[in-house]
Amino acid sequence: MLETASRKLFALPPLIRVTTAPSTRSFSVLNRPPPNYQGHVPLNAFERGTLAAASAVLSLMNPRRGGRFTVPILLQWILILREDLIAALGEATATPFFIYRLRDAMLSNPTGRRVLRDRPRITSSTMSMTKLRTLPENSVGRAYVSWLDREGVSPDTRDSVKYIDDEECAYVMQRYRESHDFYHALTGLPVFVEGEVALKAFEFANTLLPMTGLSLFAITRMKPAERTRFWNAYLPWAVSNGLTSKDIINVYWEEELGRDVDDLRNELGIERPPDLRETRKSLKEQKRAAKEKRIRMGGLRAD
Amino acid sequence: MSTPTLTRTSTRLTHRLLPPRPPYRCLSCSRLLAQQQQHQHQQQPPKQDAQNPTTHFGFQTVPSSSKQSRVASVFTSVASSYDTMNDLMSLGTHRLWKDHFVRSIDPGIRDCAEGNGSGQTILDIAGGTGDIAFRVLEHCTLVKNDHASKIIVSDINPDMLAEGKRRAREGGYGQSGRLSWLEANAEDLRAMPDNSVDLYTVAFGIRNFTSKPRALREAFRVLKPGGVFACLEFSKLNSRLLEAVYKRWSFGAIPLIGQLVAGDRESYQYLVESIERFPGQEEWMGMIEEAGFLVPGVEEGKGWEDLMGGIACVHKGVKPL
Repeated sequence: MLETASRKLFALPPLIRVTTAPSTRSFSVLNRPPPNYQGHVPLNAFERGTLAAASAVLSLMNPRRGGRFTVPILLQWILILREDLIAALGEATATPFFIYRLRDAMLSNPTGRRVLRDRPRITSSTMSMTKLRTLPENSVGRAYVSWLDREGVSPDTRDSVKYIDDEECAYVMQRYRESHDFYHALTGLPVFVEGEVALKAFEFANTLLPMTGLSLFAITRMKPAERTRFWNAYLPWAVSNGLTSKDIINVYWEEELGRDVDDLRNELGIERPPDLRETRKSLKEQKRAAKEKRIRMGGLRAD
Repeated sequence: MSTPTLTRTSTRLTHRLLPPRPPYRCLSCSRLLAQQQQHQHQQQPPKQDAQNPTTHFGFQTVPSSSKQSRVASVFTSVASSYDTMNDLMSLGTHRLWKDHFVRSIDPGIRDCAEGNGSGQTILDIAGGTGDIAFRVLEHCTLVKNDHASKIIVSDINPDMLAEGKRRAREGGYGQSGRLSWLEANAEDLRAMPDNSVDLYTVAFGIRNFTSKPRALREAFRVLKPGGVFACLEFSKLNSRLLEAVYKRWSFGAIPLIGQLVAGDRESYQYLVESIERFPGQEEWMGMIEEAGFLVPGVEEGKGWEDLMGGIACVHKGVKPL
């Protein structure tokens, strides 16, 4: 099953070519080619490589989260999870091949083609939060808006794509970025580090974007118990589901808002992973109960 | 020749002779291309005329009325990481430039005790985070033993001023009563009376002003006769080799560092473009003279002082008595 699934991932319909990046990559920073779309910044190979390497390293340094890396004083300014660094890393590593593969995966699916034709954007103006909150309990839109509320973010916090040269691929990247919160709703994974890493593993198996794979280095910053859960439960779930399910990039979210989440999951072929919030809550309860028991017993012994 | 080689050569020849195939274009790209072409026919570059004057914002041409707000938004976004970014962009040398700048002005009156009316009135323009103001205060107090001179720190951007106030509190000069803060546009210092300032300093700020001649005229107005105008700004390099390296650093590394450190490539792209747009040493000295200042050293042919080969430059002017 997995073999055929991975073969499906790497195979492409014969009529659609995977175009590679234009070979005119060796321009000087003083003489950049004109932008291909609004906000486009063409980077040459050296800049792209530096951006990829530096953003990869910097996004792992996170003193507030108790990172294992020592942070020099000059870099103390990194106090929050730098989403923009991860976004830059994603764009810098998406070419060559990976973003083109994803675009072609969209082109080979009817819904994906409609998304590419219509180019819907997910912003607070196109997605009315108030209307989403009125949707039925287990619907896609309701789950999405509850994730946003829980994390306290709006769909406008996503950076726009700058460093991808092909205009259509830039839209594909933008669509992937904007749909990320929907993937949380779809898989039911929560928004703290453990859930994010599990979701990234799933996305890597499904979309094959390098940034999602590189984000897995964040497991070095998880606690041992979290890491065990990841190896035992979430990584196997992510790999098997990511490879066998349909491409989640092809979902036309704007049309699926009122639909039941389980229904959509069945259609895409995604199983629900073990509920992470429930697991952590019950483990915390068990620990607390054990601690109380020890205190009580300790108290008896002292008598 | 063997058959495979023959086939390969003939295929290559065919490809060269035939007209090139049009690039594969998907449906959405074709639609967008059509839209863009239509858009290009409709869109015109902003016309420059008396009704809507335009000015430059980096390499862009924008209506003059909007430049102020655009610059404001650039500095609001850079305010919090300003120092770190300055250190990274100039590799720490901006501290040397600022130190030299203050020392070459030599502000303060020697052994001037605290008292009414004594001491200099110094106005630091675009000095929001207080880099120059604190150096001037320390020079007056520690080098010249001047405890009376007062400094007004002025900036158009309240976020930069807030950063400066925070640093004044941490640094210890906040309670001294010798620092005051003024949120104002350098082209319209109506809060400052005529002939009231002994020293007017502006470091790395004047290239962002919408109208430099107006700022120079305001400087002339508020300075006392005999007062000194001092400006530290980026300028043109003397050596072509250094210039080649410097330009590549400016346009390649600085926006990249801006993206990595501040998450804001556009602001730093604007900053390097505004450096590129600023007039050279000779032209800037001419503008200072045109505002009415006397430039020291102009007769000997040294009307300015280049720092580090022209990367930064100190210009001075004296208001005639």
